[in-house]
Amino acid sequence: MSEHYDVAIIGAGMSGLTAGIRAAHFGKKTIILEQHNAPGGLNSFYAKDGRKYDVGLHAMTNFVSPKERRAVFNKILRQLRINRADLDLIEQKSSRIAFPGTNLRFSNDEALLESEVEAAFPGQIDGFKRLSETIRDYPDSDLELPYRSTREWIKQFISDPFLEEMIFCPLMYYGSAVEDDMDVGQFVIMFRSIFHEGFSRPVEGIRLLIRVVLQRYRELGGIRKMKTGVKRLVAEGGRISRIILENGDEITADSVLSCAGYPETYGLVGDGVAPDESEFAGQLAFSETIAVYEDLPETWGWGDDTIVFFNNADRFEYRNPSDPVDLRSGVICLPSNFEFGDRPLKEGLVRVTCLANHDTWCGYSEEDYRAAKDEWFDRIQKSILPMMPEVTRDYSGGLVATDMFTPRTVKKFTRRARGAIYGSPKKIKDGRTEWDNLFLCGTDQGYLGIVGSMLSGVVVANQYVLKG
Amino acid sequence: MTKDECKQVVLDIIAEIAPDEDLSDVKGDVALREQLDLDSMDFLDIVMELRKQHSIEVPEADYVQLASLDSCAEYLTPKFNALV
Ligand SMILES: Cc1cc2nc3c(=O)[nH]c(=O)nc-3n(C[C@H](O)[C@H](O)[C@H](O)COP(=O)(O)OP(=O)(O)OC[C@H]3O[C@@H](n4cnc5c(N)ncnc54)[C@H](O)[C@@H]3O)c2cc1C
Repeated sequence: MSEHYDVAIIGAGMSGLTAGIRAAHFGKKTIILEQHNAPGGLNSFYAKDGRKYDVGLHAMTNFVSPKERRAVFNKILRQLRINRADLDLIEQKSSRIAFPGTNLRFSNDEALLESEVEAAFPGQIDGFKRLSETIRDYPDSDLELPYRSTREWIKQFISDPFLEEMIFCPLMYYGSAVEDDMDVGQFVIMFRSIFHEGFSRPVEGIRLLIRVVLQRYRELGGIRKMKTGVKRLVAEGGRISRIILENGDEITADSVLSCAGYPETYGLVGDGVAPDESEFAGQLAFSETIAVYEDLPETWGWGDDTIVFFNNADRFEYRNPSDPVDLRSGVICLPSNFEFGDRPLKEGLVRVTCLANHDTWCGYSEEDYRAAKDEWFDRIQKSILPMMPEVTRDYSGGLVATDMFTPRTVKKFTRRARGAIYGSPKKIKDGRTEWDNLFLCGTDQGYLGIVGSMLSGVVVANQYVLKG
Repeated sequence: MTKDECKQVVLDIIAEIAPDEDLSDVKGDVALREQLDLDSMDFLDIVMELRKQHSIEVPEADYVQLASLDSCAEYLTPKFNALV
């Protein structure tokens, strides 16, 4: 006989975990099914040659003071009954948008960005302030509207295309599944979470956040099965009647929540379309390099920037590149430049994210793949130099370890269609599917990033498991 | 259960949901939303905790009855007393 649950959750991604906490807290018999052996999904961790790495942590967005009770981040923690002090958060120093000849710095104090815009684009500051206030007052209900182009919308505030690109660059890199544009709702969410609020991280990195969340789920009696992929969802009479696991077992559940993604989840019901081939598969994939140095980057003159969003092309392009990696723009993260105080990191890290071509990386033979990784790793490290402060000494000899992941890696470990970290360009904002008891949470429900996906899990569980 | 005991039950739940709120001086006849930083997510939690901890069901149409401590006591006390 197959075991029955109130709620079955596909994927131990951040949204699956927070949905699980909400359901279990209110007494629902809940199971999380995860195909990988580590929790966290795109936001996981691993060890290589005895060194610990975070997969997807540059920064957590949405940083606000604990006193701002209405702010999204504090709301989520309240809903999860997680004590904020347990997350041991530290703030960024400051970050930067670096374009040819112009820099805009920003920090967790939003006044910094405003003054930087005023200094670099005096004619645009009134429009920028109006944009910022419009976003602050933007009604939550409008966030659910169908897709609208921000390219059109932003023209009423910003008339200088150069400034427009500079504003888009970090917001796209940290949360757009759409090429060269964004949904207005998504733009508003990202503007708030990055420019109005800000960046932080747990001192220990992502492991701590995941540990706290998992512990909460476990103490509520939630069940979690790792290395237990869902093979197929059987639909009968407009509902998911059975869940077939890859190990051959079968379970049933009143509600099924999935954070695996939109084409990925539909693929499990078996609409005959491979997720990679789906018209709803994301087109944007990324590579990430991690260079580990003996010393902290501050010792060679890189002590100020926490994150640098750069573009050195004439025009900023956020699209699937024709080259394996697009070296013209990207994100540089120096994790040691958070406010670690007297608990500094023991080694220096330089992480770089760039747009990468999924088909190219997935098409290589094993041997070519390794060679391409070596080649592009070096090219990426060189390409960031013009965007960074002049180095005060040669630091290259202190390189002690490297790692690189590509769309192929993301595909392999998280099964995201086309390795697209931000999922499908089509977001299902109400989380509903064609089947009455199957709901989407996380990235393809429209909330992404670490904090966004945590919110999504809470909202979807509230709406369809607790209220329903 | 008396109405005062019922109010205490609600306050205890709020203290759990929002541990950083000061609940020492909550007025009975003023809307909770006006005195405390509670939003619709928090109200859903009050309802859910009532069900979980006390087996009290509040249908969505009745959520307005939970606006203030006084109205909570009016609405919930008979429900508590009907339990035993
Ligand atoms: C390199 C990188 C850097 C990033 N940097 C940041 C950052 O600095 N800040 C930030 O906020 N965000 C960052 N992100 C994004 C963030 O990690 C994600 O947006 C977020 O974690 C998405 O969570 P999710 O719940 O939507 O889904 P996912 O994390 O994708 O979780 C889906 C889960 O479902 C599982 N799954 C899929 N199919 C099945 C199946 N058939 N059966 C069982 N399980 C299945 C997967 O294994 C996975 O664990 C980064 C991501 C990457 C990859």
